Amino acid sequence: MKRALLIGFLVASLMLAGCTGQQGSGGSQEGGSGSGNSCDIKSPPLFKEGVLTVATDKPAYPPWFEGNPEHYSGYEGEVASEVAERMDLPIEWVVEPFNKSYAPGAKDYDFDINQITITPEREQAVDFSEGYFDNAQGVLVLKDSPFADAQSISNLKDARMGAQVGTTGLEFINETVQPNEEPKVFETTNDAKSALESGQIDAMVTDLVTTVYLRDFEIDNSVVVGQYPRNEQFGMLFEQGNPLVGCVNQVLGKMKEDGTLQELEKKYLQQYLSVPTLEK
Amino acid sequence: MTSGNPGVQPDPREPAGAPGVERGSKMLGSRAVLVSSASTMLFFAVIAVVVVLAPGSEVVAERFFSPFHLWQSTVGTPSTPSVVGAFLLNVKIFAVSEVLILTLALVIAVVRQIPGPVFFPFRMVALAYTDLFRGVPLILVLYMIGFGVPGLGLEFISYLPDVTYGIIALVLVYSAYVAEVYRAGIESVHESQNAAARSLGLTRWQSLRFVILPQAVRRVIPPLLNDFIGLQKDTALVSVLGSIEAVRAAQIYGASQFNYASYVVAALLFVLITIPLARFTDRLISRDKRRREAGAVA
Repeated sequence: MKRALLIGFLVASLMLAGCTGQQGSGGSQEGGSGSGNSCDIKSPPLFKEGVLTVATDKPAYPPWFEGNPEHYSGYEGEVASEVAERMDLPIEWVVEPFNKSYAPGAKDYDFDINQITITPEREQAVDFSEGYFDNAQGVLVLKDSPFADAQSISNLKDARMGAQVGTTGLEFINETVQPNEEPKVFETTNDAKSALESGQIDAMVTDLVTTVYLRDFEIDNSVVVGQYPRNEQFGMLFEQGNPLVGCVNQVLGKMKEDGTLQELEKKYLQQYLSVPTLEK
Repeated sequence: MTSGNPGVQPDPREPAGAPGVERGSKMLGSRAVLVSSASTMLFFAVIAVVVVLAPGSEVVAERFFSPFHLWQSTVGTPSTPSVVGAFLLNVKIFAVSEVLILTLALVIAVVRQIPGPVFFPFRMVALAYTDLFRGVPLILVLYMIGFGVPGLGLEFISYLPDVTYGIIALVLVYSAYVAEVYRAGIESVHESQNAAARSLGLTRWQSLRFVILPQAVRRVIPPLLNDFIGLQKDTALVSVLGSIEAVRAAQIYGASQFNYASYVVAALLFVLITIPLARFTDRLISRDKRRREAGAVA
């Protein structure tokens, strides 16, 4: 019986290996965001007829999102609403967890707007719109920490640093700071916050706006020691090959030209952006 | 001491020392091999055809089994850790926890068995402990130990590495399960064993140590190993406290590259380490069975 089992198993695994090999070579992907303007803005290709279905994660955090899902305001909330308005469409919000946003298969929304940074690696799996916000990383520490007066990246080498999984903050730590101790990685911003408050980490890195928000509204005795721009932009996430990207890019282009984006940024984000820049 | 255990007498219907099953398989011979490989092939062929013909199969294959991403997540990149390297942390956590759990759980199980009214409070504590920690979700214990204890700011216990807190939480929760497994083993040893030992002049403690526990522990080895396979996978939960183990490393890679192949690598590692344990359990079980069927000395 044992021999039979073994042979059967071998045959099966060989077959499986053959299959996956075949499929692996077939998965050709095209990169590049905003590929072409081949989208007719008069009759855009939509997930659901006559309405722009927009996704974000839950909970959605201020100042990116404010209010409730029936009528989000906040920076990202209003950018999406403005896009819908300029396409003469009502907007409908749905929930999409970040970890699911790059799952294979059809997406059940038109685009996802959730502080997602555009990177070439990610563009292998999804399409992004043009950037709608220039993101910088922020470094948050407690006031009584030895790193509270850090002015440069090199001052942070000895800090125990932490970030949320999946964020470019973690990439900033690994690539730019390269601290002596391996960074801690947390499931959520809240867990990173708990670790900072309980002294398990010295510094927490996330996008600048969130660090300032945490400083002002969540962690009393904290200070943002600096920001570090890395040429990162937030983009809206589309299913790969969705022609709607073209339409949204046309609209975003106009919103940049006529100053609407800058106005929204001023309205919601200005108070979060005045932080000194960290030196190398 | 000879202890033909009265609880596990050999089944009188089975001829002693005749493992009929094994001899039968040899006689079935090559025909069985043919039939089993044919049916296995058919079984997997059907699955493979369905998967390959699915409209999204190319994308799924690329997103989960891309050789490039499988390899890159295995070795790591400058901005993402290697899944295999991170898996060493799982192994470390598992090895340390396992030893501590086996010890603590045995203590709890024994305490629950101490007779006499004087020891009532100890029995109570042991009972409350198992009730509490079997009921509370592991993730909550992890948070309370990993974020709560450091938050207290106490001299000796608040400044430990997060992995240490993770191990403490695992040991607390798993000891409650394993103590119950031990207890089942202890209670399965017939009372006459104790009586016989005591009548030979052994003290209560000696009887427990030299007569009851050796029989009890041997009987519960299979369920113990079962719990430890569970423990292996639960080492991944320690990552909520910040350290990067295999599943977290896979998650980091996945979010950075928008690809799930890293999870497949992590899964393979867990399976790879689980299979030897499972086979080891099988061997223990069959050895125990052989002994009992042969009516051997326990």
